[in-house]
Amino acid sequence: MKRPFKTRIKTLKIDGIDVGAREDETLLELAQENDIFIPTLCHLEGVHDIGGCRLCLVEVKGTNKLLPACMTYAEEGMEVTTNSERLQMYRRQVLDLLFSERNHVCSVCVSNGHCELQWLAGKLGISHVGVPYLYPQLSVDASHRFYIYDPNRCILCTRCVRVCDEIEGAHTWDVMGRGTDCLIISDLNQPWGTSDTCTRCGKCVQVCPTGALFHKTKAVAEMEKRRDFLPYLRTMREGRK
Amino acid sequence: MLERLEEIAATEQLFAEEFAHTVNVCMAAGCMSSQSGLIKEAFDKEIERGGVERRCRVRGTGCMGLCAAGPLVTVDSQTPDEVLYQQVKVEDVPDIINALEGQPVKRLQCSIDIPFFKRQKKIVLENSGIIDPERIEEYIARDGYSALLRAITEMSPSDVIDEIVASGLRGRGGGGYPTGLKWTTVAKSDGEVKYVICNADEGDPGAFMDRSVLESDPHRILEGMAIAGYAIGASQGYVYVRGEYPLAVARLKTAIRQARRSNMLGSGIGGTPFNFHVDIRLGAGAFVCGEETALIASIEGKRGQPRPRPPYPAEYGLWGCPTLINNVETLASVAPIVRNGGEWYAQYGTATSKGTKVFALAGGIRNTGLIEVPMGTSLRDIIYDIGGGISAMGECKAIQTGGPSGGCIPAAYLDTLVDYESLAALGSIMGSGGMIVMDESTSMVDVARYFMEFCMTESCGRCVPCRVGTVHMYNILDKFSRHEGTQDDLVLLEKLCDMVRNTSLCGLGQTAPNPVLSTLRYFRSEYMDCMIPEPDGAEIINETLEVAQ
Amino acid sequence: MTPRTEKLEPPSDDKRWRIVQATMQRNGFERDGLIETLHTVQESFGFLDDDSLRYVAASLNAPLSQVYGVSTFYHLFSLKPAGKHTCVVCLGTACYIKGIPLLLKEIENEFGIKAGQTTPDGQLSLMTARCLGSCGLAPVAVFDGQIDGKVNVHEAMARLKALQEGDNA
Repeated sequence: MKRPFKTRIKTLKIDGIDVGAREDETLLELAQENDIFIPTLCHLEGVHDIGGCRLCLVEVKGTNKLLPACMTYAEEGMEVTTNSERLQMYRRQVLDLLFSERNHVCSVCVSNGHCELQWLAGKLGISHVGVPYLYPQLSVDASHRFYIYDPNRCILCTRCVRVCDEIEGAHTWDVMGRGTDCLIISDLNQPWGTSDTCTRCGKCVQVCPTGALFHKTKAVAEMEKRRDFLPYLRTMREGRK
Repeated sequence: MLERLEEIAATEQLFAEEFAHTVNVCMAAGCMSSQSGLIKEAFDKEIERGGVERRCRVRGTGCMGLCAAGPLVTVDSQTPDEVLYQQVKVEDVPDIINALEGQPVKRLQCSIDIPFFKRQKKIVLENSGIIDPERIEEYIARDGYSALLRAITEMSPSDVIDEIVASGLRGRGGGGYPTGLKWTTVAKSDGEVKYVICNADEGDPGAFMDRSVLESDPHRILEGMAIAGYAIGASQGYVYVRGEYPLAVARLKTAIRQARRSNMLGSGIGGTPFNFHVDIRLGAGAFVCGEETALIASIEGKRGQPRPRPPYPAEYGLWGCPTLINNVETLASVAPIVRNGGEWYAQYGTATSKGTKVFALAGGIRNTGLIEVPMGTSLRDIIYDIGGGISAMGECKAIQTGGPSGGCIPAAYLDTLVDYESLAALGSIMGSGGMIVMDESTSMVDVARYFMEFCMTESCGRCVPCRVGTVHMYNILDKFSRHEGTQDDLVLLEKLCDMVRNTSLCGLGQTAPNPVLSTLRYFRSEYMDCMIPEPDGAEIINETLEVAQ
Repeated sequence: MTPRTEKLEPPSDDKRWRIVQATMQRNGFERDGLIETLHTVQESFGFLDDDSLRYVAASLNAPLSQVYGVSTFYHLFSLKPAGKHTCVVCLGTACYIKGIPLLLKEIENEFGIKAGQTTPDGQLSLMTARCLGSCGLAPVAVFDGQIDGKVNVHEAMARLKALQEGDNA
């Protein structure tokens, strides 16, 4: 028998607060609606989620697995905890690992002061990194006319890949290799400036959470990024269909 | 249609009886790499030379199990017991042919009256080493495809699922998820189009069960897939095979062609309206593709990266359609269950783990090879009785099960009865069935380092804990293996194990710490022995971050 | 996007491109057929170069970066040509505990290459495999496609030298 209603409404508890939700809303969206802070890095409103950074993991009563809030949908009677001691510890460890993986030195970074990674470290109370730095040797790509790509500051969140594919439709960026050898590449792993597919729209630069993608001509203080165009573009494009 | 199968079987039987002697040469990968192909050719020549073509024939068969003694040859002279020859060389062929009418060649003979053969219970491997995997007639002669025909002519899809549920069969790929339940969920999922996928991406180092089944009895997989397709309402199946298994792929291709020609695959199977097609997809060397969602991505032509579940593939799988993914051994058990009934299968095994399990014995054990035993057989029986004990001097130190997702079980627990729960309680897992026996010469720290190196290079790179955490764990283990570990390293290692296990996206990361945790649990003193005598304090590098307030 | 129905011109008139085209056609020139196609290219040409990647990408309407990403994700694909001879050393668990690391080290020292590399003269490529599934014969190595079980360092080195000298003779 077909259900007589289209979208079901669920009621659940997030951090003890009663919340009403549509079944197609994620825990992250619900938390944000209710002013509950859940840290995220790979999540970007307007493009699909991958659940990769593991910062938004939350506890759900009845399951011993931690679930990514960005990809977990509301269910009736759920009891969600977003900020337990244990979650805070794991989140700090995730940031530790990210800082150690490449060469993040805030003091000499163009994004100093406008970096999401740095901001989160402050917010979650990290003063030093608890694991040894890995110091990979990666070269900077400054071949593009307007922008620079510095893999040393990349955290492989793949926001640039998704925005380029899903919003701009060029799919200039993708990931090569696997494991910690992963690298964001343009076209056939060639200098960005020689890419035939790049439209120079700069969306990837705007969505990069760190200083891995940045404007050539901007100074440190101006390195603020604009993101509000994303949900707007998505809505406009969907409305056209 | 059933009559046609019986006809084929009868013809095959008559054909076999024409020969007084049948020489079977093992043509599975193990023996093939010790030149069993040349041995088969030599037999052909020798029979021709001796003019005994009418009395004797030569067949290539699948794996006979005792790989350590390969190349293996059996001679069936239509007497109750066949003769098994081991480590046969081309030069031995004339002697074997000359001995056909008389006494077997003593110097090559291997007794079949040993526990290795006597204590096994073969269901999945019932045809392995007995039939020629490249001839569908021989499979049919051993009741092949009768279960499929029975299912599609006499049973409803839910009847078939009921039998699987009754059998208590659980996923043989490692997780042990109840197969009947999985089938039910896919059957109930909405969708016009559904898929069956056979996961033959056997990536655990030290496991070769799936390879052997594919090489020795490929039709069994196709039959299992078609039955599954009928049960859940799918008409297309894919076998995702490792690219490293060219022989298995070739035999599977032959089998698909033959099954299509015999109307056991394709449109209108056996004259019914049921359609089922099978295609092969080749893996390209990525362990993570054994994970369901990564495997689906790979079939779709993408990087084999997993995605969070739910939604499970049963709901949202290949191209967004409900998809059933079962491992080779699971699907290989389906036909016998449908043929003999779920209850028949459930008589074997323990309360929670029914049926039999195939294990690949390797490492420091005498009888390396492939065995199938009922669940609930003790490790001691497997290692010392069936396995013939430790090959080198010395004692068994530990048994590694479950590959990089499993753990090392110390010899003190040899009396454990093997099932899903008992191995999990010991900090290991059943896994796909690789069993590596380690003797006293093996360093457990080195084993942990080996598996961590594996996980590190096989990590897909999508989630942070697995991508970076495995690197740090490997670096620490490497320090220990150079005898440079410190107390702080040990603390950090355990912290990372906990974090990677609980926060990783998929099974690869979640289980990557297992080999470390189990060796820490049982062999902690070995880690202690790998430390610098006088730890010189904390050596963790503290980079200063300027944190924006 | 509707898949392409007509074939694109291959990068050269090499006949092997027809096999590649046939694979793509069998998969309806869909992006799903990318891995199958790359397998065929690798089998036909021995490796994947930029020209072939561009051709495959264009034929399947797939982004270049995606094709490159897939090619570098899977171990079996190689972007560089292999040496005249190949030696694959199995690093499966059984081979590992039966001493294959010694053989690997010996070959690396003798020929001055690391696993995954080819000697500068293009004679020998040294590769590793995760597990060849011949654990019953551990340790295992493959010389020019021939699997060799229960190898010992001495024999293996002799075999590699013989391969080399066979060419010089």
